[in-house]
Amino acid sequence: MAISLEEVNRIAKLARLSFNEAETKKLQHELSDILNYIDQLKQISAKGGSLPAGQAGASGGDPDAMNLMREDVAEVRESPEVFLKQSPAREGNFVKVKSVLE
Amino acid sequence: MDFTELTIKSASELLAHKKISAKELGQMSLKRIKEVDDKLHAFLYVAEKEAMEQAEKADQLIADGENFSLTGIPYAVKDNILVKGMQATAGSKILENYKATYDATVIKKLNEELPVMMGKTNLDEFGMGSSTENSAFGPTKNPYDLSRVAGGSSGGSAAAVASGEVLFALGTDTGGSVRQPASFCGIVGLKPTYGRASRYGLIALGSSLDQVGVLAKTVEDTATVFQIVAGQDDHDSTSLSKPVPDYDKFLKEDLKGLKVGVPKEYFIDGMDPEVAEIIKNAIKTAEELGAVVEEMSLPHSSYALACYYVILPVEISANLSRFDGIRYGLSVGGNSLEEVYYKTRSAGFGPEPKRRIMIGTYASSAGYFDAYYKKAKQAQQLIRKDFTDAFEKYDLMLTPTTPIPAFKFGEKSDPLSMYLADVFTVGLNIAGVPGLVIPAGLTKSGLPVGVQLVANHFAEEKLFMAGHALEKSLNLKLKTNL
Repeated sequence: MAISLEEVNRIAKLARLSFNEAETKKLQHELSDILNYIDQLKQISAKGGSLPAGQAGASGGDPDAMNLMREDVAEVRESPEVFLKQSPAREGNFVKVKSVLE
Repeated sequence: MDFTELTIKSASELLAHKKISAKELGQMSLKRIKEVDDKLHAFLYVAEKEAMEQAEKADQLIADGENFSLTGIPYAVKDNILVKGMQATAGSKILENYKATYDATVIKKLNEELPVMMGKTNLDEFGMGSSTENSAFGPTKNPYDLSRVAGGSSGGSAAAVASGEVLFALGTDTGGSVRQPASFCGIVGLKPTYGRASRYGLIALGSSLDQVGVLAKTVEDTATVFQIVAGQDDHDSTSLSKPVPDYDKFLKEDLKGLKVGVPKEYFIDGMDPEVAEIIKNAIKTAEELGAVVEEMSLPHSSYALACYYVILPVEISANLSRFDGIRYGLSVGGNSLEEVYYKTRSAGFGPEPKRRIMIGTYASSAGYFDAYYKKAKQAQQLIRKDFTDAFEKYDLMLTPTTPIPAFKFGEKSDPLSMYLADVFTVGLNIAGVPGLVIPAGLTKSGLPVGVQLVANHFAEEKLFMAGHALEKSLNLKLKTNL
């Protein structure tokens, strides 16, 4: 399936990625190739998979695997400083970001 | 003593008999790294200081007579696995300045035995690739032929073990990233059952497919390491609590009574004839060892790669959305919050992550979800059933690992042809079953070729049993010229 330039731009926006014109054209070509390849999945009959997609999520495809639960108990991990030190901008114990609202 | 000839087993005997110290072993590993890594580029970071400190602790443990099977053994870790205080770039510019804030569970477990970590190894960016050519820090070369790739994405770990820089390494396998480089570099590589080992502290690629893997020189060494790594973890709700058997007890010299299936779909047109020949020889060897080998079918195999290239990119687009320049890693300034996102992600991600984020975003966007992701999850159930049905009849399957041996740099320049390099390995991740690659022979030009053994969920012991017997019988004694 061929994908249009407009479609590439729409997806890039959703993914928060920017591309120049040459990159967009190259991507259009590459994505079309890959989508053509995965289009063969359409040959699979719907009755093949018995599970709704969401249910077979993070289970390695094992329909019998259940989510494992544990008690929600706080445990002492690293001090906040260890994590805050990694942030590009901070103020006290907060990570600093550009204003969200104009 | 030649350090490059040592295995975990032989080195731990030397340590236990005080013929060598952990510090001396660590120094030999460092010396070897300094000798060959300029040529190979297996390491992104050599942890000289940390390794020597760890070796001293290991020597103390040995002196106290409290040593374990991995105490003092030099090893390496793929740079997408977190080791506290150390870099974890995942091969990406976006994490170049990141320092891990905690130990991955697998590292924590290994540390209880005090092996000596020599450093972090190269990989395709976030594990996306089959050659390490997608590493933002340059590719790793194949120790058997420097003009060829080491495979990927755990190419650095495979090259480090094969060239004798370390005795074992950890990798990760989402679609073949441990097994394919193990095959290309002539070593053993294990991809466990999904849920057999903890993923906590692995930088996520495809969370429903990722597993940590072991790369080592022998099957016995691989089993020794996996014995420590395997098991349930409260920090990974997808790890399961089935008891971990004592793998040592399963290592045998014959395959009597074992039923082995050879899926006909894994012998495709365009396969290198030398690879086919080497795999046929491995099949013959299995028969000589007493296995009953039969051709059989995994009818939905042809959909595995297409299925993988929907499920994986969808998970990638979600997992990589956390890299936004706000809390850690690269941050490129802008006039608004949104501009920071755009600029950071566009500057920080290489071409392959961007491509896969785009495919995944497309396939999971409104209006396309049913056509792609839902179809792929249906295909996954069919592929999984192929495997579980087959294992009602067979103990193991035996297949090629890749259609071709290690390829030259730049040979697979379009993305789709690189994806096809994983055609025999992705099915196992889709089905969640374990696989073990062991060296099966060399091509005429001296390139290693590995055979892939496949077992049912949580039957890793069968892989070790058959792998060990085949390895002994094939008796290859591979060695690089480095």
